[in-house]
Amino acid sequence: MSSTAVSAASGLRLPRWAAPAGVAVVLAAAYVVFRGTATLPHDDEAPQFLAVTELREWIDDHRNDNPLFLYFLNYIRLFVGALHTLFQSVLHALGWPGITGVMGALAWLAGGWRVALVAVAGVSAFGVLGLWESSVDTLALVGVAVLLSLAIGVPVGVWAGLSARARRAVTPVLDVMQIMPTFAYLAPLALFFHIGAPAGAIATMIYAIPPAIRITALAVSEVSPTAVEASASLGATRRQTLVKVYLPLARSTMALAVNQTIMMALSMVVIASLISAPGLGGDIIRGLSRAQVGIMLPAGVAIVVMAVVLDRMTMALVDRDPHTRLRRLDLLAAGVPAAAGVALIPLLPRVWPESLTINVVAEVNQAVAWAETNWYAVTTFAKDATTYALLNPLESLLTSAPWWLVALAVLTVAWRVSGPRRALTALACLLGIALLGVWEHTMQTMTTVAVAVLLTLTIGLVLGVAAARSPRFSAVQRPLLDAAQTMPAFVYLLPALALFGTTRFTAIFASVVYAVPPVVRLVEDGIRTVPAPVVEAAVSTGSTPGQLLWKVQLPMARPAILLAANQGIVMTLAMVVIGGLVGAGALGYDVVSGFSQRTDFGMGFVAGVATVLLGIMLDRITQGADRRPSPRKRKVT
Amino acid sequence: MKIRLLAGLVALGLAATGCGGATVDGTAGSSAPTGGAGASAGPSGTVKIAINPWVGYEASANVVAYLLENELGHDVELPEIKEQLAWEGFETGDVDVIIENWGHPDLKKQFIEEKKVAVEAGSTGNKGVIGWYIPKWMADEYPGITDYRNLNKYAELFRTSESGDQGQLLFGDPSYVSNEDALIRNLKLDYKVVVGGSEAALIKSAQQAQEQRRPLLFYFWDPHWLFSETELVRVNLPPYTEGCDADPKKVACDYPEMDLDKIVSKRFADTGGKAYELVKNFSWTNEHQNAVADDMTNGGMTGEEAAKKWVEANPSVWQAWIPK
Repeated sequence: MSSTAVSAASGLRLPRWAAPAGVAVVLAAAYVVFRGTATLPHDDEAPQFLAVTELREWIDDHRNDNPLFLYFLNYIRLFVGALHTLFQSVLHALGWPGITGVMGALAWLAGGWRVALVAVAGVSAFGVLGLWESSVDTLALVGVAVLLSLAIGVPVGVWAGLSARARRAVTPVLDVMQIMPTFAYLAPLALFFHIGAPAGAIATMIYAIPPAIRITALAVSEVSPTAVEASASLGATRRQTLVKVYLPLARSTMALAVNQTIMMALSMVVIASLISAPGLGGDIIRGLSRAQVGIMLPAGVAIVVMAVVLDRMTMALVDRDPHTRLRRLDLLAAGVPAAAGVALIPLLPRVWPESLTINVVAEVNQAVAWAETNWYAVTTFAKDATTYALLNPLESLLTSAPWWLVALAVLTVAWRVSGPRRALTALACLLGIALLGVWEHTMQTMTTVAVAVLLTLTIGLVLGVAAARSPRFSAVQRPLLDAAQTMPAFVYLLPALALFGTTRFTAIFASVVYAVPPVVRLVEDGIRTVPAPVVEAAVSTGSTPGQLLWKVQLPMARPAILLAANQGIVMTLAMVVIGGLVGAGALGYDVVSGFSQRTDFGMGFVAGVATVLLGIMLDRITQGADRRPSPRKRKVT
Repeated sequence: MKIRLLAGLVALGLAATGCGGATVDGTAGSSAPTGGAGASAGPSGTVKIAINPWVGYEASANVVAYLLENELGHDVELPEIKEQLAWEGFETGDVDVIIENWGHPDLKKQFIEEKKVAVEAGSTGNKGVIGWYIPKWMADEYPGITDYRNLNKYAELFRTSESGDQGQLLFGDPSYVSNEDALIRNLKLDYKVVVGGSEAALIKSAQQAQEQRRPLLFYFWDPHWLFSETELVRVNLPPYTEGCDADPKKVACDYPEMDLDKIVSKRFADTGGKAYELVKNFSWTNEHQNAVADDMTNGGMTGEEAAKKWVEANPSVWQAWIPK
């Protein structure tokens, strides 16, 4: 934007829109002339794919004689597996009385009787929903993944917090770990670690480690240098400084790291069960393959409940005054439920009694069937209108344009929005995609993402503005947004599938539901933080509410809105890839196909890499606008 | 720091297993833990039957699971695992039994002959055929539509918002056995495969197509309960001849009629005792499977309830499976 301003000022006196409009005209003209040439059509048997498939076969054949597997990867698998078995057997041995009692006690210690009540109610909910065993399996899997994530993440985070060089080395790795759609690394992961609980735990760790590292690093780097110097001047060794100064002072922020790690791990539960990790995810997958929302919903609710319980417990640690010590009374009070629970183990059945469960499968299915038949006209209209008006024209535009023209357009837009360095990164990613041989599918995925982002931003802006202007609306909306963010994304797929059939629009709908909440939050926040004097000045000079919004609040909230766009894009991309399961096709389907058909492994792997490149490209194009280095705080509640 | 930590883990592992190196099934290291939650199926141990994503399979699995639990006193786990991944489960101990296997000669070669982690456990008694189907009203209305040579003539009928200017061929779960892409390419059909994602998507589309007289060409298979409710007609592709599907990229013929069979892990065959005998003896007809699957899909029953109903109604059939 600054470059146009400069050129406009320097003599020619062109209007501000002249340069972009001129570029657009040139690009459009080039499209008309070169349309249909150099389009890089998709080929299922591209040499790139076949080479990767062959590599996979080779690795698979040498799994039991290659030293890398024998002395390294297989041991990791065995170690994680043994740890998981330990967690699982302990939890199952406790049975429901034991787990309820112990969770209640831990919650009491963390945050007093209120939190303890939440924990006991939450744990009982697993039983009432009829999902006791799956919930315990999930708890064991999440427990292992979180424990190991912290065991690796906290030391690395401390190191990154203390040394700027370490931080620079770690950051790009974390970026890739977070931007990569979780779906995309399942197939390669299954190749190295096979399937089952250990592989599931490792997949979860890949996703849960980055926040552990980032937040720990932040916590350590924020420790006041005065305290550190004081300790050094008193002759403390480096180790003493670390253990006695850094860690205690960073404690509360590090509790936040634990909290975020748990939340991330919970959001991987469904994905992990695609490679046969036990737990609630299995129920959701079953619901998806039977097309029964009634099976999926209770499992989704159980995951949300688990998230709420663990969130309250860890947030209570974050909020606690670091100087209070545990009182003996609290210890006693916490001991009672724990002791009661453990004492009741032999008396009560281990599994939740069936008579105390409620079964809502049939009711939920009926409700969905009703909506399906009665909303048919509306949903078909929405689907067809979007598909024929936006999706199909844009897709044919992108797939019929020569690849160099698309690259040129990306370079121009990125340069203008985010500056030359990021524009060159974006261009490099795009060229990488072309070399990988998945150009056509990438263009199709990009179309779906673009339409989804457009809808997300429109809806997010409307809701965000409404929430900023009416506190009551905001209060009503907030819990809904919270639930939408914690609910596993897969749960949205099914109602969307019922309403819209197996189409790209289904994926778009699911990703809009998934990505709208953070956009709403950012927009609401952006408008709210416009300084009150500015608003008052505008009002006192006679602005109508409409003028106030369009001329003052929205322009001043621009950075927040651009950040919202950036986040929306990354989240939407992740969801569109999952949409490959239900008709969204393109890169997402290539990935799905890659881990369900062995002959397509190469294509799936390459498509996964391409998704990462596409994600980085879209991120870089939009990132410069808000000047934040790595704005991905998904699922912050 | 990370590397040092991992190195420490490896060192620990090495110490624990006496430097033997570890294979994935955990048998090489003498003390490698194989999972107390039931990796090995001893007498009265846990039997893990993989659940592939179609209801006929689930019907068989639930009946076998019911008998294992109630007649032989085993615990049974039914993890959701898709076809090809389930074979890997034989290697890791996550799967003991695949109760209904559709062909997969390549996997048999790899896991039975080369890796020797699985063995065949005989036929299920079910005959399986995959094919392309249309609702019956279309066969009545459009002469010759059931011949693949005429499909291009009618391609326009099958256009949807997802298939663009080609006809749509609706496919099911991405993990299903599939020659669709090769068939379309090699028979030069003007069609595009659109993936529905699940069996349920196929069933619903087929029902709507017949009731609302909407055109639909879709991938489906027999045995399936849907045939007794909705009239479907199979499209004739070039007939199957021995070996015409040998090269998956060059397939230009219909699917063969397959003798569906059971595959079990080597470990389960060796140590499963009576449970293994029962799985091996299990054999029933397409009608039996359809009855259970119908109860599960349309009768509102869980797999366990439907299995119980069938078991109570057909003692003479299953009593022959119970090992003496």
